[in-house]
Amino acid sequence: MSLVREALLVAGKDLRIEARSRVTLAQIVPFGGIVVLLFAFALDPARGNLPRVAPGLFWVAVLLAALMALSRSFAVEARNSARDGLRLSGLDGSAVFLGKAMAVAAQLVALETVLGTLVVLLYDVHVSAWSVVLLSAVAATAGLAATGTLFGVLAAGSRRRETLLPLLLLPVVTPVMLGATRAFEAGLEGAPSEAWRWIGLLVLFAVLYLSAGVLAFDALWEEAE
Amino acid sequence: MTGGARRAGLLGPRVSATTGVATAAALVALVVFGLAIAPPDEIQGDAQRIMYLHVPAAWAAYLAFGITTLASILYLWPRTRSIVWDLVAGASAEVGVVFTGLTLALGSLWARPVWGIWWAWDARLVTTAVLFFLYLGYLSLRRLPGTAESRGKRAAIAALIAFIDVPVVHFSVNWWRTLHQQATVFNPELDPQIHGVMAFTLWLGVLAFTLTYVYLLDRRYRLLALDEDREERELEAAIRARVGPGPAGGAGTTAGTTAGARAGVTP
Repeated sequence: MSLVREALLVAGKDLRIEARSRVTLAQIVPFGGIVVLLFAFALDPARGNLPRVAPGLFWVAVLLAALMALSRSFAVEARNSARDGLRLSGLDGSAVFLGKAMAVAAQLVALETVLGTLVVLLYDVHVSAWSVVLLSAVAATAGLAATGTLFGVLAAGSRRRETLLPLLLLPVVTPVMLGATRAFEAGLEGAPSEAWRWIGLLVLFAVLYLSAGVLAFDALWEEAE
Repeated sequence: MTGGARRAGLLGPRVSATTGVATAAALVALVVFGLAIAPPDEIQGDAQRIMYLHVPAAWAAYLAFGITTLASILYLWPRTRSIVWDLVAGASAEVGVVFTGLTLALGSLWARPVWGIWWAWDARLVTTAVLFFLYLGYLSLRRLPGTAESRGKRAAIAALIAFIDVPVVHFSVNWWRTLHQQATVFNPELDPQIHGVMAFTLWLGVLAFTLTYVYLLDRRYRLLALDEDREERELEAAIRARVGPGPAGGAGTTAGTTAGARAGVTP
């Protein structure tokens, strides 16, 4: 089997679990929604702050909800020795990494769609360059899914590990947060030329961590308990 | 490498003691030069003296994280794999985090009188702060339960990931701060033309902090190695208590049992 087919199998499995359990849809997406509301409480929409800081708030909300989705992605492997089953299936570690990252990315896209709609509606935001916004969202999502899956396997399992994931992941994704927020700002304000270097950075980040995951996941996957 | 050799520390007792004495002497000399002999800065006054600690602390932090990276590579490389490198990486990261915290705190103390603010969103400052959290996470990761091998591999890979992240973070923060703000009031910490005694004091600081780093690395390494030893011995005792002093508890088989049973017994 080719790497891509194996990865698609793993991604399909994770998404099937999600389709049956609906944890992302019923818990994580609503959580992101309430975070979007909370920002409005904290920053007082009457003062007109929200449209200005909307890109940053959007990505913080996505990041917080993504942490939950990532914990979930490895929590499903913890029960019923599912991880051992996956390990014994003979699938390549790289394929497991790519598959899980794909499934996480698919859930993030759903999350971003809902939260993005909420932000546009509630924060009174006008998008002037859709191409920039969509491209940077795709690149940032790939980067988040790659780093998240890589650190997720390090931090999966026991309770103590789940509290570790945010501490491990958030400093590492600093460039994604900066790049995606700046690119979104450029896309909203109608200065798309400024966004390209940030999109370049996001793509570089995603490629870097996708390669790191493909190379290192096998070792981590075998060592994880 | 046997447990006993590891317990002795990285440097051996005599070298370690000598390093300790040299470290103390260098620090005392630094205090004398930094506070008494070096003249106050023309513009910044006495506040500039903080640089004699701040710059060396930053240097020691970078050195420490560099050693962590190097030790992690040596651990991952099959031919040089040894728990020694894992412990060196861990000990060095611990010392590095302390020095990074010190760098941030000292920089903040200096910025207040000179810039008028405790903190500026400058590229270098933000990168250092991110670095601090990055390696704090690495240290927490090291504390997760597991066998020595699984911890070593996990930590080494995480250390390399952290290391490749640093330039990307620096890059992005740099762009961020130059795109949306006029040039920050960040004077280079060292004026190109500095007084001879000041330059000497600074180099003395670098020497003193390097020695401090080496000394602390050796001490922390020794503690980690002792800890590792203690865990091993406690585990063997626990296994013996459960299995009983039968032939299974003999010296020849304990090593194998230990590796297998470890994951289940550690909390």
